[in-house]
Amino acid sequence: MATSSDRNPPPFPATDEPKPGLSDLLDGDSDEGDDIFVSNRTNPVSVSRGVSQPERVREEPGDLFSQEEAGPNTAKSNGVNSDDDNDLFAEAQSDLSSNTPSSAARPDISTSSGPRPASSFPQNPAAMQHTSLEQLEEEEAKDSFDVDVAVTNPEKVGDGMNAYVAYKVFTRSSLPIFKSKAFSVRRRFSDFLGLYEKLSAKQTLHGCIIPPPPEKSVVGMTKVKVGMDDPSSLEFVERRRAALERYLQRVVSHPSLLQDPDVREFLERDDLPRAVNTQTLSGAGFLKMINRASDAVNKMTIKMNESDTWFEDKLQEVEAEEQQLRKLHAVVDSLVNHRKELCGNTAIFAKSMAMLGNSEDNTALSRALSQLAEVEDKMEQLHQEQAASDFFILAELLADYIRLLGAVRGCLDQRMRAWQRWQEAQSTLQKKREAEAKLLWANKPDKLQQAKDEITEWETKVTQYERDFDRIGMSVRKEFLRFEKEKAKDFKSQIIKYLEAMMQSQQRFIKFWEAFLPEAKAIA
Amino acid sequence: MSSFDDNNKERLRSVSVDLNNDASLLIDIPDALCERDKVKFTVHTKTTLSSFQKPEFSVPRQHEDFIWLHDTLVETEDYAGLIIPPAPPKPDFESPREKMHKLGEGEATMTKEEYTKMKQELEAEYLAVFKKTVQVHEVFLQRLSSHPILSKDRNFQIFLEYDQDLSVRRKNAKEMFGGFFKNMVKSADEVLIAGVKEVDDFFEQEKTFLLDYFSKIKDATAKAEKMTRSHKNIADDYIRLSATLNSLSAEESTANKKTLDHISDLFEKLRKVEGRVASDEELKLTELLRYYMRDIQAAKDLLYRRARALADYENSNKALDKARLKGKDVSQAEEHQQRCLQKFDNLSESGKKELTNFKARRVVAFRKNLVEMAELEVKHAKNNMTLLQGCIELLSSN
Repeated sequence: MATSSDRNPPPFPATDEPKPGLSDLLDGDSDEGDDIFVSNRTNPVSVSRGVSQPERVREEPGDLFSQEEAGPNTAKSNGVNSDDDNDLFAEAQSDLSSNTPSSAARPDISTSSGPRPASSFPQNPAAMQHTSLEQLEEEEAKDSFDVDVAVTNPEKVGDGMNAYVAYKVFTRSSLPIFKSKAFSVRRRFSDFLGLYEKLSAKQTLHGCIIPPPPEKSVVGMTKVKVGMDDPSSLEFVERRRAALERYLQRVVSHPSLLQDPDVREFLERDDLPRAVNTQTLSGAGFLKMINRASDAVNKMTIKMNESDTWFEDKLQEVEAEEQQLRKLHAVVDSLVNHRKELCGNTAIFAKSMAMLGNSEDNTALSRALSQLAEVEDKMEQLHQEQAASDFFILAELLADYIRLLGAVRGCLDQRMRAWQRWQEAQSTLQKKREAEAKLLWANKPDKLQQAKDEITEWETKVTQYERDFDRIGMSVRKEFLRFEKEKAKDFKSQIIKYLEAMMQSQQRFIKFWEAFLPEAKAIA
Repeated sequence: MSSFDDNNKERLRSVSVDLNNDASLLIDIPDALCERDKVKFTVHTKTTLSSFQKPEFSVPRQHEDFIWLHDTLVETEDYAGLIIPPAPPKPDFESPREKMHKLGEGEATMTKEEYTKMKQELEAEYLAVFKKTVQVHEVFLQRLSSHPILSKDRNFQIFLEYDQDLSVRRKNAKEMFGGFFKNMVKSADEVLIAGVKEVDDFFEQEKTFLLDYFSKIKDATAKAEKMTRSHKNIADDYIRLSATLNSLSAEESTANKKTLDHISDLFEKLRKVEGRVASDEELKLTELLRYYMRDIQAAKDLLYRRARALADYENSNKALDKARLKGKDVSQAEEHQQRCLQKFDNLSESGKKELTNFKARRVVAFRKNLVEMAELEVKHAKNNMTLLQGCIELLSSN
């Protein structure tokens, strides 16, 4: 049985004519290997995300995904999610050369319920795709998914310490997986946490980056339970609402997650059973969980001998990035605080200036000073809005990504654990074989059969676990690319939003000061 | 250590206008040196007056020399009816020095780039404090030189001309204690000002106005200071943002790298604008308020001296009555009473003129500064907008 150290990068399928414009992105690997998938190019099928229209045929060069025409219905049938991934990505393949993209397709073929030749897989069970990053990037999915989620209307329900806040989750979508085109349900915070917990526990979603929900906050919630009227409570609720909305948006924009029945149930079902055991998902608890797991796994990392340093490199990158993000978040926090200070100081100054204006005995100067006080009051308002922008747009963006990087590490850990499980199975198999050899030598035929049965059982397990490991590995690679892309998009759009808000603020600054100028000039 | 162009000086010298207009006596501080804690000002005089030995000369002076000059003027009886320009405050480098210290301690935690930028920022702040102290000392001298009576003061001339060290003439410790004591007595006498029955409407109004205005402007100065400091803090945050964004960008994939680089650049530029907003507010608003607070204190001092003179006159009246009753030293008492009355009348006359001029001066200075501040705020906000617009376009086009 091949051990990881023996693994070689599998040969690549032969290239199709690369589409124009992409040839510069291709690297030299294109010529290698078996034409495994080429034969299946005859039925290119494109499936847009989430839509099960397997009959739709599109012009596509042969590529892996086009073969996965099995529609989203397979989601329930085999618990292997990557199928759905492939369907969803298939639409995006039109630009790709068949120079293969990743592979999430491969391991599924054997388990897919679609009419695909499963033969290719067993031929290369130990093969680890060595796909260049560029090739993976080529296959980026088009972002034309058709689901819109919003979290609105926070309302306090109940009284006292048992009170909670219920949010309206509104979904609009033309996808047929949903029962109607637009619908809403009421959910509370623990429901969101419950969803996360369900998703994280799914074996089938291993290797995926599951977006993490916002943290629990005992302090914040207690204030709200007591009364929702003061500004800090309002800010807390708003912060949470916005974070929950972003959480859901990330969930539904993930092709595998959108297909998940739990996600759909969360969005659609009027009466959702209460989530239990969300205590573990308190902010500190959550992070501790991830950190403990990754610590345990990190000890294993040294032993894992990979011919492909991609995963190790990625882990280091992620850790370095997380550190930088934390630093950045701390600076933005400081900015928010200073801006709030500026607000306070400006308001106080405005009052002081108003008093001075009242004291002033020169009429024109008195009026000008009072006007100055009013301008400063307006400045305070602007600073207030800017502070909110600093916080809700910039700080929260960074906080989200710090949490997301935690989830990314979690997904790398899952791969580690899958590897460990596989290795352990291999060593158990070895032991069983040795036991069988001993029995043969000791000539105990009665126990022999049992030993042989056990061997078969473990051989199957080893194969299964290795497959799992490969599948997760490929899923992780794909997820990484998707994550990078989403992140770049997210950052860009949020930063643009931030800058535009700032610009509007500056416009009003100008207006206010220009209005004051004639008053100042009128002093005589 | 520093010399600045005239444009700079013009901008700085905005709290008091109409100075240095009389070509017969032109004073400026073209240069200053900072040695440890001590600042050595080079006082340069150009004059057509024959009372001076040379038409143009320079002398080195320390802050304590300015204080000596101010105090001697205050203690000169003849000037009791004048508003003596407030003494320049002691050069205070405490704030930037403390920040520099903190920066040194935190050096290990920041990137080289961030450290360099913060250091530059601090050096700029240090320079700003330095410029401000030079300006404030310069304005003091110019107020004196443009005053018809004070400009002729003998001690003022010595201050400008004497090319030896002035320290022998400066207050020794005992005298300083005396001065301090005098101040203490004076504040008790503020009650006197408030208590003395005022015979003159003008002064009655002025008294009410100045007492009230002083407390308000003192408050406004303190609040303005806090506000400006917040602006400064934000500018510093922008520096750190820019530097951290740079470090983050180094870790990022190509897709995100560009975004981060653009916004890192933007914050670097924004912080410069924010820094200017802070320093312009400081100069046009806080400094204005601070200066006039001190000036109003000087005006209050004038009122105090007049109240004292009034009290003295009233006392001399009582003494005269007593002398007449006793039949002893009547002519002495009469003379004394006459002198007091004369002094009081002189004070009142000169005081009225001074206070009226002061009012006009104040209004003009406020107008100038408020107009300039508003214009600068608009200019900076427009700058910000251009920077923001540019960055948004860069980001959107990628």
